[in-house]
Amino acid sequence: MKVSLFLTCLADVVYPASVGKSTVEILERFGCEVDFPKKQTCCGQPAFNSGYHRETKEVAKHMINVFKDAEYVVSPSGSCTTMLHEYPHLFEDDPEWKQKAEQLKSKSYELTQFLVDVLKITDVGAKLNAKATYHTSCHMTRLLGVKEAPMTLLKSVEGLEFTELPNKEQCCGFGGTFSVKMVPISEQMVNEKVQHIEETDAEVLVGADLGCLMNIGGRINRQGKAIKVMHIAEVLNSK
Amino acid sequence: MGIKTSDDKFFTRVDKGINNDFMRKAVSGAQERMQGRRLDSISALGDWEDWRNLAEEIRQHTLENLDFYLEQLADNVVKNGGNIFFAETAEEANEYIKSVVASKEAKKIIKSKSMVTEEISMNQALESLGCEVIESDLGEWILQLDDHDPPSHIVVPALHKNKEQIRETFADKRGYKRTSDPKEMALFAREQLRKDFLEAEVGITGCNFAVAESGSISLVTNEGNARMATTIPKTQITVMGMERIVPTWEELDVLVSMLARSAVGQKLTSYVTGLTGTKEEGDVDGPEEFHLVVVDNGRSKILGTQFQSALQCIRCAACINVCPVYRHVGGHSYGSIYPGPIGAVLNPLLGDYDEWKELPYASTLCGACTEVCPVKIPLHNLLIEHRRVMVEQAGKAPFAEKLAMKGYAFAASSPSVYNVGTKTAPSVMGPYSKNGLISNGPGPVKLWTDIRDLPELSKGKDKFRTWFENRDKGGE
Repeated sequence: MKVSLFLTCLADVVYPASVGKSTVEILERFGCEVDFPKKQTCCGQPAFNSGYHRETKEVAKHMINVFKDAEYVVSPSGSCTTMLHEYPHLFEDDPEWKQKAEQLKSKSYELTQFLVDVLKITDVGAKLNAKATYHTSCHMTRLLGVKEAPMTLLKSVEGLEFTELPNKEQCCGFGGTFSVKMVPISEQMVNEKVQHIEETDAEVLVGADLGCLMNIGGRINRQGKAIKVMHIAEVLNSK
Repeated sequence: MGIKTSDDKFFTRVDKGINNDFMRKAVSGAQERMQGRRLDSISALGDWEDWRNLAEEIRQHTLENLDFYLEQLADNVVKNGGNIFFAETAEEANEYIKSVVASKEAKKIIKSKSMVTEEISMNQALESLGCEVIESDLGEWILQLDDHDPPSHIVVPALHKNKEQIRETFADKRGYKRTSDPKEMALFAREQLRKDFLEAEVGITGCNFAVAESGSISLVTNEGNARMATTIPKTQITVMGMERIVPTWEELDVLVSMLARSAVGQKLTSYVTGLTGTKEEGDVDGPEEFHLVVVDNGRSKILGTQFQSALQCIRCAACINVCPVYRHVGGHSYGSIYPGPIGAVLNPLLGDYDEWKELPYASTLCGACTEVCPVKIPLHNLLIEHRRVMVEQAGKAPFAEKLAMKGYAFAASSPSVYNVGTKTAPSVMGPYSKNGLISNGPGPVKLWTDIRDLPELSKGKDKFRTWFENRDKGGE
C-alpha cells in the first residue's frame, strides 16, 4: 500500500524529525510504502480560522496538487487532517476544484485513524514503561470524529500505565491564533489542563496534535514541571 | 442599553471575570453539574442524533416558511380574541407595550423570564411611565434587587452569584434575616413575590414557542411563576422574538422535550404552560385581554444570509454550559445579555461588528458548542464566518494581520519560498533560544512566550526533511 506522508508545518518547521520519523517507521512496519512529497507546506488552517479564505484557497490548491497522485495521505495530526477535509467547502462555487478537494478528502487520514480503520491494526507492538495520560484534541474528536482509535492503539503499548485525564474533552486553550490573540483566556484554559494532567500523576502526556502539545508543553515548561510531552506516533514507535 | 450590559472594553471585562474567584467557582461547578444532567437526560431518549436531525429539520422548515407561519399565528391569535402587534424595532415594541399599559392605567407589572424583553430594554421603557416592573423568575428577581446586576447566563441569569451573595442581597434590600439555605431563601422570595402577583394589573411574559396552528403560546418554567403571571392579572402581554414559533403542537412536543433536556437536564420542566386566547365564559382564571408582540429587531436581516441557522436557536444555553471560554471568563465578559458561543454569533448580527468585533475571536473553535446544540447550529463555523466577513467585507482586520496572512499564503503555496523561510527562521530565532527553548520571543512570538515556552525551531540535521533525504540516499 502506498502512503504519502503529510507531515504538517509544525512537525516540519518547529519540531525535530522524531514525529515524522516515527510516523514513517510505524507505517513501514505494517507494510506501507511511504513517500514524502517535498513540495508540501501547511494545510492552511491559520488563514482559514482567521477568516482569510481567499488566501486559504491558494494554499489549498497547492496542497491538492502536491497530493494529487497519492493513493493515501496520512498525517500525524487530527487538526490538520480535519483542515484537508474542510477543503471542499472552500470551493462551493468552483466545481472543478471542489471535485479535486473531495478526492483529497476521501483519501486523507489521521495516523491512528489510518492504522485502525484502514490497516485494521489494534496492536502496534510498542513498548514504553511510563505512567501516561492522553489529551483528546478537539478537532480530531469532534470534527474529524476520531475518538476511539488512539486509545485502542495506546492500550496495546506494553508497559504503559494509563490514567484517564479528568475533563478530557475540554479544550487546552490553543485554538491557533486564539493562543496569541486571547492570551489571558488561553492562559486560564491551559492552566486548568495542566492541573488536570498533574492530578493523574502521569509522567508523560500523550497527544495526537502538535498544536495542543506545543501549547500544553510550553506551559508545563514555563511552570517548571517535570511532565514529558510525547506525540502519539513517538509512543507507538517506542521499543 | 439593549443587548449591551457594560461600557467596559472587552479585555477589561475579561480581566474582571478571570479575577472573580467566586464567579469562576460557581460557573465551573454549574457547568459540570449541568453537563452531567444533560447527558443523563438525553441518553434516556434513545438516539439523540436522530432527535437533533428532527429538531434541525423543524427549525429549518419553520424559518424557510416564517412568513406563512407568522400569518397563521396572527390570524389565530385574533380569532381567539387576542391582539397581535408586529414590531420592527425595539422602540416600536416598547411604544406598543407602553400604550397597552397606559390604557389600563396600570402601576404594577409582573413579569416572567424573557430574554427578548431584556433585548429591547422593555423594563426601562415601562419604568419611564412610572410603572413598577417586577421580575418573578427567582434568578431575575435576585438580579433586579441587586441594583439591576446584568444576567450572566440566558437560562440561569444569576449563575455568577453564590448563595451567600444572594443572602446578602436579600438582607440589604428586603431585610431578610434568615440563613443562606436555598430552601429558606426561596420561601422568602415566594412570600415577597406573592403580594406582587396579586396586585399586578398587567402580566408580561416571554414565549418559548408560539404554536401557529392554534394561535397559542407556550412557556416552560420550574417555578410556576409564568402561570401566576398569566392567570392573575387581567391583562396579559406576551413578547416573542419573531423566530420563536412552531407549526403545530406536534413539533412543540419535540422541541420542548429537547429544550428541557438541553437546558437543565430535565425530561420536562415542572411547568409547561400552553395558553390560547383570552378567558372564556366559565373559565376560573386567565386574562381578559391578551396582546402578542412579535419582535423583529434585526432578525429578518439575518434571514436568507449565511447566518440564518443562528435563528434556529431555542435559547437552551447548552452551548454556554460546555464552553471552555465561558467557563473561565463568565457571562459578563461578553458584555451582552447573550453570552457564550450563541452570544458571540448573535451579538454582531443584532448589533454590529464595531461593537462586537472581539467576540467571534473569543473562541478556540473547539466545537464543543456545535456538538451539543440540539438544533444543530454550526456555531463554531458561524464564528469563522464572522471572522471572514470582518476580513473580507467589513474591513475590520488589522493591517499587520492582513500583511502577515498574505505573506503566509504566499509562502504556503510556493514551496521554494516556504523552504527558504523555514531554513532561515531558526537562525532568526536563534538569539532568543536557550537550552532548546524560547522564553522571550520577538514580535508576534512574544505573545506566545508571555505565558509559555516555545521549542527551539528544528534545523539542519535535526529536521525531518534531512532525515528522510539521507534515508533515500541510503544514509540510514
